[in-house]
Amino acid sequence: MIKYIFKRLLYIVAALFVIVTLTFFLMRIAPGSPFASEKSLPPEIEAALQEEYGLNNPWYIQYKDYLVSTAQFDFGESMKYKGRSTNDMIAESFPISLTLGVEAMILAVGLGVLVGVITSLYHNRFPDYLGTTIAVLGISVPSFILAGLLQYFVGLKMQLLPISGWNGFIYSIMPAFAIAVTHMGFIAKLVRSSMLEQNSSEYVKMARAKGLGKWTTVFKHTLRNALLPVVTYLGPLFAGVITGSFIVEQIFAIPGLGKYFVTSITNRDYTVIMGTTVFYSIILLLAVLIVDIIYGLIDPRINLKGGKK
Amino acid sequence: MKKKFSLLALLAALMLVLAACGFGGSDDKSDGDKSSGGDKSADKTLNLSITSEPPSLNPQKATDSTSGAIVKNVFEGLTRVDSDGKVQNAAAEDVKVSDDKLTYTFTLRDAKWTNGDPVVAGDFAYAWKWALDAKNASEYASILYPIKGAQAYNEGKGKVEDLGIKVVDDKTLEVTLENPTPYFLELTAFYTYMPVNEKVVSENDNWFAEAGDTYVTNGPFTLDEWKHNDSITMKKNEDYWDKDNVALSTVNVKMIESEATANREFDSGNLDYLGAPYNVVSLDKMNTYKDKGILKSEPYAAVYEYKLNTKEGPTKNVNIRKALAMSIDREGLIKNVLKGGQTPALADVPVAIEGYENDNNLFEGNNTDEAKKYLEKGLKELGLKDASDLKIGISINTSEAHAAVAQFIQEGWKKNLGIETTIDNAEWQVFLDKVSALDYQVARMGWIADYNDAYTFLERYDTAKNGNNDTGWENKEYKELMAKAMKETDEAKRTEFLKDGQKILMDEMPVIPIYFYSNEYVAQDYVKNMGPDKLGNVNLKDVDIEK
Repeated sequence: MIKYIFKRLLYIVAALFVIVTLTFFLMRIAPGSPFASEKSLPPEIEAALQEEYGLNNPWYIQYKDYLVSTAQFDFGESMKYKGRSTNDMIAESFPISLTLGVEAMILAVGLGVLVGVITSLYHNRFPDYLGTTIAVLGISVPSFILAGLLQYFVGLKMQLLPISGWNGFIYSIMPAFAIAVTHMGFIAKLVRSSMLEQNSSEYVKMARAKGLGKWTTVFKHTLRNALLPVVTYLGPLFAGVITGSFIVEQIFAIPGLGKYFVTSITNRDYTVIMGTTVFYSIILLLAVLIVDIIYGLIDPRINLKGGKK
Repeated sequence: MKKKFSLLALLAALMLVLAACGFGGSDDKSDGDKSSGGDKSADKTLNLSITSEPPSLNPQKATDSTSGAIVKNVFEGLTRVDSDGKVQNAAAEDVKVSDDKLTYTFTLRDAKWTNGDPVVAGDFAYAWKWALDAKNASEYASILYPIKGAQAYNEGKGKVEDLGIKVVDDKTLEVTLENPTPYFLELTAFYTYMPVNEKVVSENDNWFAEAGDTYVTNGPFTLDEWKHNDSITMKKNEDYWDKDNVALSTVNVKMIESEATANREFDSGNLDYLGAPYNVVSLDKMNTYKDKGILKSEPYAAVYEYKLNTKEGPTKNVNIRKALAMSIDREGLIKNVLKGGQTPALADVPVAIEGYENDNNLFEGNNTDEAKKYLEKGLKELGLKDASDLKIGISINTSEAHAAVAQFIQEGWKKNLGIETTIDNAEWQVFLDKVSALDYQVARMGWIADYNDAYTFLERYDTAKNGNNDTGWENKEYKELMAKAMKETDEAKRTEFLKDGQKILMDEMPVIPIYFYSNEYVAQDYVKNMGPDKLGNVNLKDVDIEK
């Protein structure tokens, strides 16, 4: 197990190297410069700016500098927001996105599994139709529409929850819900289909024949097996959700990390692009690793040593 | 199995703790807000919003209106432009101008920085020299170029000692200009001209990155709190020399990127004002606010224009350029697409600029017959038979509003002139590079006045090399007129030169003016004296709240 994790960590470092390299070159190929502005700059000023950020060096020097700074996790100062370091920007905004993401995850997994179990238990009956409808609606209504509707009706018309901002738990309810609903739908569908598959298997019939109740069977036997596909889905979902959603953060004016992924690219803010990409990659790669480990815990049939018995 | 479940439970608990952390910090804050909310009625608090984190709150580094919206209220220059557009003395108590209009002597009043230091002439000189030092890469340094030797020094050709900035004593600043500049006292109100506390700034390179001890200011407000990407709080500066005329005690500025959200916050009463630079009235709400009778509109010294590539392609031909300009139905565009108080532009200098109110008639708009004549002439010169042989591309930066305008104009050119056009859009940073490389045929641009003078608009076309020209056009006579206007001390003559220049510009049409901007805004009824001036500035110093 330890050996396995160690090996995976090595892979992660290799993957990161590839990601950093690709990002660097894609960034350079992309047209546009971070210092283009409506008012033209005298060449001397432009040169000073280039020098400040080391953009006047040949590409291999810049590439080396990037690798070194990435290895040290010090991404330098933002090119757009003067005097702000990329590290500070991530450090300030990530906890907010993380909080919101975890809340959304709890909502998505909790409700998703619940709806999935109910729909599968009442297969082809009213609760199934209702639950499936909710799930499909959740998947198909984009989060920004839901966010806008919630904001308009719950925030403005009913004045139940604050319209925007980030000043405490009450501010997080609508955005968390807006993020969660799509994922909830997916999870419900996943749970439903794998539950149905399990329900017709021998061991469930056996458990029922022994006289175990419907729900007891679910919790003691079926759910554990049915959750495997959900766990697969959870890894990338977790990484995606805790690093923030651009659109939801924009609508609810939440000072989270999500917006930097998009705005740094439109601003050609090289240092922030690099910082956010590396940060996101690390979280994603670790999340996938953790999922693989959890696999082993949930399903003893999966052997983490990789084939050797 | 129990073990594993307890592990999961532990994980869940950990997440909850993490979650609690995330809210924790902000929870404390909202409690703080509540306690101060008790005496809100005595307090005069104004709630505003801006669309993003201000890129820089260093007056010499700021380049955009979002940063300006904060900087202009926490710092104060030698002069201040009041809401009527009149120049008032601010940090300067008295200004003496020499007869040749080249030397300005400013006498400073007794004013204090927020850390207790007196504001001295040296602080101004330090700030200006800092901005002009190319190694500090101040992107707006060019606005200091009227000062003698400034351009040469900024471009590395001159020395700092040769600058026309002289500190006579702590209270006296003597500035020598390169040319008589009638709008110089307006410039000294601009943020690049604002002072910084030399002691604090020279010791700390990043003094402007956070609110706190190093962010020392001299304006009517202090920067009390800056939560990055979230909000800014300004408090009345109790040491400000004119504090009796500052009514507001607190200004909360939230950062709300989404227009729709900002409009909803206004509707629910959480924001007191919408209108540039404090967010905008969204297009779909224009009619709602109009019906309620609260929508107001002020002219804005800014022009929306289509630049033409005069070096390549069909727009190289002046008659084609004129045909394109004349056939646009500007009234229709404003009525159907923009829906605000914009003015159709038939000149390059906005009507909001003093003295140019009656000059908005340099060519005819929406005149299809005349346009067709020019088109035929142009086609002949290009050796083309039919207008459909022309292929014209409109370049815009990605935005729904620009796309709507471009589509309207595209439709008009097709219907009236039979010219097929394509619209291609690019991200802002890419678009700017393309336009300055003349890699376009027709390109959308806007120009907002930095000071209330026609020169800010006309100067852009003095040479093809001018970085703000972007059309490749130049004209000897035009260049001479601009040079003459620069040197002229007689205001009437100067205006004459500029107006003659504008006529040449509109006759050669390297740029098609579309409309002059207007500033639409709404305010809650208890907000008094709040509105933009012609340059789009809102003076929070003058604003009052009467509940």
